[in-house]
Formats: sequence, C-alpha cells, structure tokens
Amino acid sequence: MEAIDPAVFNLIIFVLAIFVGYYVVWSVTPALHTPLMSVTNAISSVIVVGALIALGVGSVFGFVATMLAAVNIFGAFAVTQRMLSMYKKRS
Amino acid sequence: MGVNLASIGYLAAAICFILALRGLSHPSTARQGNVYGMAGMALAIVITLVSFREPSLQAYLLVAVGLAAGGTVGFIIAKRIQMTAMPQLVAAFHSLVGLAAVFVAAAALMNPGEFGILKDGQIKALSLFEMGIGTIVGAVTFTGSVIAFGKLQAKLPQGVENALGPLMGVIRPAMSSKPILLPARHAINIGIGVALVVLLILFMTTESAVVFWAMTFLAFALGVLLIIPIGGADMPVVVSMLNSYSGWAAAGIGFTLNNQALIITGALVGSSGAILSYIMCKAMNRHFVSVILGGFGESGAAAADDDMDRTVKPGSADDAAFIMANAQNVIIVPGYGMAVAQAQHAVRELYQNLVHRGVNVRFAIHPVAGRMPGHMNVLLAEAQVPYDVVFEMEDINGEFQQADVAYVIGANDITNPAAKNDPQSPIFGMPVLDVNEAKAVFFVKRSMAAGYAGIDNTLFFQDNTMMLFGDAKKMTEEIVKSVEAA
Repeated sequence: MEAIDPAVFNLIIFVLAIFVGYYVVWSVTPALHTPLMSVTNAISSVIVVGALIALGVGSVFGFVATMLAAVNIFGAFAVTQRMLSMYKKRS
Repeated sequence: MGVNLASIGYLAAAICFILALRGLSHPSTARQGNVYGMAGMALAIVITLVSFREPSLQAYLLVAVGLAAGGTVGFIIAKRIQMTAMPQLVAAFHSLVGLAAVFVAAAALMNPGEFGILKDGQIKALSLFEMGIGTIVGAVTFTGSVIAFGKLQAKLPQGVENALGPLMGVIRPAMSSKPILLPARHAINIGIGVALVVLLILFMTTESAVVFWAMTFLAFALGVLLIIPIGGADMPVVVSMLNSYSGWAAAGIGFTLNNQALIITGALVGSSGAILSYIMCKAMNRHFVSVILGGFGESGAAAADDDMDRTVKPGSADDAAFIMANAQNVIIVPGYGMAVAQAQHAVRELYQNLVHRGVNVRFAIHPVAGRMPGHMNVLLAEAQVPYDVVFEMEDINGEFQQADVAYVIGANDITNPAAKNDPQSPIFGMPVLDVNEAKAVFFVKRSMAAGYAGIDNTLFFQDNTMMLFGDAKKMTEEIVKSVEAA
C-alpha cells in the first residue's frame, strides 16, 4: 500500500480536533465564557512554534513574531489565571 | 531531537490544551485547567528550541530576548488591566495572533528550505495554498481585531490622542460604537474577496513575494471594512468571531509548517470561537450573516410618538431600599451599564446587605449582557459575588414569578417584554429575561433614552415598575445606605 500524503494525514488530525473542540467547548459553563476566550487566545499563541523556527534561521519576521506571541502567551495565561482566581463559592 | 519524538511531544502539548478547555466546565476545575495550558505551552516551546536544525548561541539569545521582552509587556498588561476592559484586551490579543501568523508565513516564504516545504527547488503548491490561507485569515484577524479593540475602548488616553494629532480625525469615527456604513460596502467587500482568490491562485503559481504582500495588504483592508459597519451592541459576536478566525489562522500556518500542535490548537480555538458566535447570535435572535453584514442599531431610531400619553413611575433610592429590605426574593439583573458605571462593587454591597437581612438574592445573566460572552460573570466574580448565586437565563427565568423584586441595573433590551408579545418589535423573538413577571421591578436608568436596539422598553410603563433615574453606581450606593439604615 502506498504511504499517505502528510497533507492528508494533517487534514485527518485537523478534522478530528474540530470534533474534540466542538464537544469540549459545549461542556464549558456559560459563567466561564470570558475565561474561555482568554484561554483559547493564550493557547492559539502556540503559533510561537512557527515564530521560533523562523527566528532560529535568523529571520527578522521570526523575531517580531516571537515577541508578539510572547505578549500573548504571558498576558493571556496570566489574565486567565487572575480571572479564575476570582470565582468563589458562597462561604 | 528526532522529528518523531518531537511530534509525540507536540501531541502531549495539544492534549494539555484540550485539558485546559475541559477544566472550564466548572469553576472548581478551571484553575487546574489553566495550569495544564501553561504546561502545554512551555512544552511546545522547549521542543521547538531543542529541535533547531542549526542551534547557535546567537539564535538562543535572540529567543530569550524576544520571549522576555514580549512576556514582560504581556505580564504587566495582565496584572494591571481592569476587569471591565476585558473585551478590548481580548480583542487586542487576537490581533497579535493574527499578525504573528502573517509574519510566520512571510518568514516561511523567505526561508522555505529551513521550513521543510521545498520540493525540487520549489515550494510545494499545497504549501503555498496553506500559507496563503493562513496569511489572509491572519491579516483579517489582525486589522479586524484592531478595529474591534477601538470600538470597545471608545476613548484613547489624552496623551495618545495628542500624539496622533490630525490622524484622530480618521481614527475617532472608527472607534465609535456607531456603525460606519460605506456606500456599496457589500460590493466592495465582495470585490476584495474575489481579488484575494485571484491573488491566491497567482501566488500558488508564481511563488512571488510581491503577490504575497499584495494579498496581505488587501486582507488588512478587508479586516477593517468587515468590522467598521458593525455596531457596539453586536460586539459579543464580533469578538467571538475574531477568536475563531485567530484559531483558523493558526491552523493554516500549522498545515504549512506540518506541525500537529498548531493544527490541533487552531482547530480547538476555531471551533470554540464559532460556538460562542453561535450562542451569541441565538441569544439575540439574529442570523450570523445579518450581524456580519452590519448596520444594526441605526434604523430603529424611529421610536413611536404615541408613548407621550404613557407615563412612568419614578421612585427614590429610599423607596427601593424599603421594599427590597422587606422582600423575600430579590433577583438582580445586570447589563453593560453596570460595567460602564463600574457599579459591580456597589451591587455586591447591596447583595451582602440584603442577604444579611435574610433576603434570598440571586443574579440573572442574559447571554449577551455586556460586550463579550460571560462579561457579567467575570465582573460579579471580581466584586466577590459567589458564583453559585449567579444563574444563566434558562435556569432562572421561571423564578421571576416568585420574585418580590427584580432589580435591573444597566440592562435594557434583554428585559423588554416586547420581544415576547409584540410581533412588530425589531427584537421580537429574542429570548429575554422574564423580569416583567416579578411583583415589583426597579429599573435603574440615566434617562428615558432607548436601548441599543433603538426601541422603547414596554417594561417602563408597567404598573409594577418603578424607574430609578440616575447613575447605576450612585443609585445602588444610595440604596445600600438606606438598607443599612433601615
């Protein structure tokens, strides 16, 4: 049997991940929809992987993109943590 | 590090991200989830660094500088930002992801060998396609989010305004929550869309950097044009939609780089934003397409004049305090006005005082209250209102019948009974909180001006409604004082 093209392989992963996202996100409580936005924002800065590869080969774009993504990584995770620490039950 | 081992590592990072989202199913597990998210990110970064093809001290130094510089800025912003400003902060963060996607694509185009997308000395057509899509979506996310940020922020600090000088003439209208409706805007947008498709095909066949940048700048323009016609009240949909776009952009870049962590994360974020947009649209009884086409909140200004003979009953803080202090069940309904007036702490004091007197106090949250999904919940949490007295619309709507008092603060359209019983109303069919069924309704409002939809709220003219005219924060503080004195 011939090997699967990596692009098709990636497409399979992509579609499966959309399904995972669909079911996981529907189970998020509406009270936490703002933290959901900030945490999705934080994890989407995993684009830093691409930025780092570019920086590794000396690309200026890579450096700028790394900085932009870093603002997002630290900022969004920190603000999410700050928000989540505010949610308290009746004492 | 071998490519296979690296892939397994990226998979572990992606699983961490799934767990981060999963944790948000309940406030008690959410913080743990966020820690998984951070761990996943750290893992992804470390794997990338140890997989450098030509590791050099210089490269690692640049990485350290870039991460430290950006990270410091991000961290300071996160610590200082006010909770009422969360919608604009999220919009600003989305714009960064969008721009980073564009830059990563540009870097890949210039160094295709290092990114492993070369075949026989040329970039694979499929890679060019993925790169192009990632760039276009990233560019639209960038400028669209900048405009959304402006609309949510509404005002720049005076120093920034002075520095920009005459440029403010262009910037100020774009930052207005009022939609900007260009003539023939649909034709313009469709034109740009068609041009982008043509350029994308050209890019795939020529691999030209000029075409790449033409495509990018055209997409920048599209991002601006897509968001300026959308009014302030539709911002919850816009912010969710841009959230989704930033995910799809990341996924597009993931395909180009053949990186599964990016593909999986992009898909998660993309579907998350899409679901939130759907929930917001449903809560406004609007079609997603009609929100995106924009212009809502402009046409409804024709409020009928036959209201002249209808009278409202104004009341004082003392009246409201007396009735609430002697009530058994009180439901508080907050809206965007509570955020604007920064009244959440005063509301918490009212809550505590009433609970202290043995009143059963609960909060009712409409899905589109505020400027982003969950906005009210975060503000109440910030003010230390326990989350288990805060209820979503569907869980509390049946309780208004038994409520002695509904205290509406900074909300309007989401309480309008016309949505249920007036087929002529522009918001007919929109799910609303059944505030009108409470024995008494106290409605805090600055003046008799209409809500965002530009229509009258029939709730004002009900016999059991008392209008409390004034600033949301001051009025609530006065009521608190009265309750304390009672």
